[in-house]
Amino acid sequence: MTLSQLEIGETGIVKEFTDLEMSVKLMEMGCLPGEEIKVSRIAPLGDPIAIHVSGYQLSLRKFEASTIILQ
Amino acid sequence: MKADIRVALVGNPNTGKSTLFNALTGLNQKIGNFPGVTVDKKVGFTQLPDGRRAEIIDLPGTYSLYPKSKDESIVFSILAEKTDGLSPDLVVVILDATNLKRNLLLYTQVADLKIPVIIALNMSDLAKKAGISINVNEIAKKLGVPVVPVSARKSEGITQLKDAISYANKVTLQQDTIDVKAIAPELIDAISKEIDSNNPYFALQLAHQHETLKFLTPQQSERIEELEQKFSFHSQKAQGAETIARYSFINDLLYDTVKTPETAQDESYSNKIDKILTHRVFGFIIFLGILLFMFQAIFAWSEYPMSLIESLFVWIQGGLRDILPAGPLADLLIDGVVAGLSGVMVFIPQIAILFAFISILEDTGYMARVTFMMDKIMRKVGLNGKSVVPLIGGFACAVPSIMSTRTIENWKDRMITIMVTPLVTCSARLPVYTLLIALVVPNRNIWWVFNLQGLALTGMYLLSLVSAVIVAWVFKFVLKARERGYFIMELPVYRMPRWNNVIYSMYERAKTFVLEAGKVIIAVSVILWVLSSYAPGDRFERIEKKYNQPEYTNNIKPADLERVVASQKLENSYAGILGHAIEPVIRPLGFDWKIGIALITSFAAREVFVGTMATIYSVDGDADRIESVQQKMRNAKNPQTGQPVFTLAVAFSLMMFYAFAMQCASTVAVVYRETKDWRWPAAQFAYMTVLAYAAAFLVYHLLK
Repeated sequence: MTLSQLEIGETGIVKEFTDLEMSVKLMEMGCLPGEEIKVSRIAPLGDPIAIHVSGYQLSLRKFEASTIILQ
Repeated sequence: MKADIRVALVGNPNTGKSTLFNALTGLNQKIGNFPGVTVDKKVGFTQLPDGRRAEIIDLPGTYSLYPKSKDESIVFSILAEKTDGLSPDLVVVILDATNLKRNLLLYTQVADLKIPVIIALNMSDLAKKAGISINVNEIAKKLGVPVVPVSARKSEGITQLKDAISYANKVTLQQDTIDVKAIAPELIDAISKEIDSNNPYFALQLAHQHETLKFLTPQQSERIEELEQKFSFHSQKAQGAETIARYSFINDLLYDTVKTPETAQDESYSNKIDKILTHRVFGFIIFLGILLFMFQAIFAWSEYPMSLIESLFVWIQGGLRDILPAGPLADLLIDGVVAGLSGVMVFIPQIAILFAFISILEDTGYMARVTFMMDKIMRKVGLNGKSVVPLIGGFACAVPSIMSTRTIENWKDRMITIMVTPLVTCSARLPVYTLLIALVVPNRNIWWVFNLQGLALTGMYLLSLVSAVIVAWVFKFVLKARERGYFIMELPVYRMPRWNNVIYSMYERAKTFVLEAGKVIIAVSVILWVLSSYAPGDRFERIEKKYNQPEYTNNIKPADLERVVASQKLENSYAGILGHAIEPVIRPLGFDWKIGIALITSFAAREVFVGTMATIYSVDGDADRIESVQQKMRNAKNPQTGQPVFTLAVAFSLMMFYAFAMQCASTVAVVYRETKDWRWPAAQFAYMTVLAYAAAFLVYHLLK
């Protein structure tokens, strides 16, 4: 299951990434394996999404979210 | 100004770094450029308690030393470069106490560079409110560096921070954070030997960034590249490993020093605001409302200061004319330089107000939400959520807006934004439009509420947005992407705007505009003045002689005669000759040579059109009195046909030309400055001219 499949309010724990380049950036922003992620909202047009991670809110595109595999 | 100690401020975006910088330095700051790159360098000075003077450099906000945008790339090179005298003696890392974990990543990287460092723990008051308890002393002890709690907004803890800066050691005290060498042992050893450094993290950073660092010689960079090959170094894998190691260090550090409640209060109230502001219906309505209010305000609030500036310059010109002995030098100064200066200064109110709004929207965190909401639409046409800000700014002036594209990390998105921003109706087009619309569009209402002239103006604004979107979409296919685009962006918690920052931002941007654009506008104004005040051979003498004869002097009032002479002179000047020369080219657009002169003179800045029209149609020489220019233009007849020159077709054709043509020397200059390649402004100039010609041609023949 990937992050892009979560609905608003659902949570998941990061397991791994499918995209190395993206993973470097995501990890720098606190999206690390083992970290809990909660989808806090989805943009009015369905993309991007906003997630709650490491104590703050991060927005990323659906495609980027689909590179994050959850446990 | 010499300083005794150089201090760099480093921190994540949205940590209050600029607020802290302002609190430390006050108005004692200036913006320059870092050598070789177009990243704004904010430098200020502050007096330390021990009497020493500290130079404070505000480095761009970044989440890590691995750069993702143009601005961020400067951070590591300033910290690392020992040779050019810019490297700091001390780094103050600003951490947001409400989000320590992510903030500490950058700290651990800076600390491992072994530059003396202290921590300013900002927003500790907000953290307390949110129920986060932080054992500051324990963190300081574990890291081995001073930690000073501050509240930059309330200017609390600034004295203590200054104390800490003045007591700071010249040697580094901080503990190592992670085992850097474990990431790439052989490579780090080899590079350290190569560049004669004993800092493993510095060596590792060189392995990652050597291609973009200016202080390495090409030989050194090549040598590092060879070493990477030899030890099969994989930059992204190494970065990933480093980040994981750093976060595990941070988790250990925070485990028994920070207690966070389950849900932070601040976040939840921010959440409530977000539910409204990013709502699928209200979100867009509110955004539109804010935009409308912004434009209303930009025009309404700037009206009075603008007329004040204009009359000030009229007064200065009058004063100079009285003091200086008449002659070409006085004319050059008064009609060339001062007039050009007036053309620059008059935009200060609009630019200041625009940036006040942008700064408020950014400061509160709303701009990030706009980006969030608009990304999907913008991406469809080859732009990016972050392009919204420059495009909106383009309504005031393309110059600062193009400067603000630096926040767009993706090269292609940034270039497209730069290329289309000048299409958006800037304030310099407004006087041209109002003059022409008032000339040909009747001032009456349809359906009671809509004024026809207002509708025409709104139409021009909408047209500019539509054309920017279409051109962006075309560029999407023309330009090749250099890197993958991504949109990983923090949505900061909503906060009240800091009025100090708003004022600083207004002041800074206005200053940058005057200094950057002012130079070009004044230079071009002087050239145009020369073109329109001199003529080949004795043409001017002949005109004067002709009108000095009794048949004119006896029958025409001196003031009228003077105007006739002025307009005759302009026709015969170099500008007039140029106007005649381009007439065959612009004839298909419905323009005559007089309009040709106006097109040439308004190359420097579009609004010069009105002034030139005033001179050509020899009104009282007062360009501010639009009514009188209008009257003369309305009465202008084509000498061959006897028909009015400014028909609906001609006026709209002219407006189309002004809507699309790159009639702005400052924009050309700033595009070059931002792209560092003449081909960009050249391509922009070319495509806009073609568009302008085609649109004007089409409209003229449709309406004729």
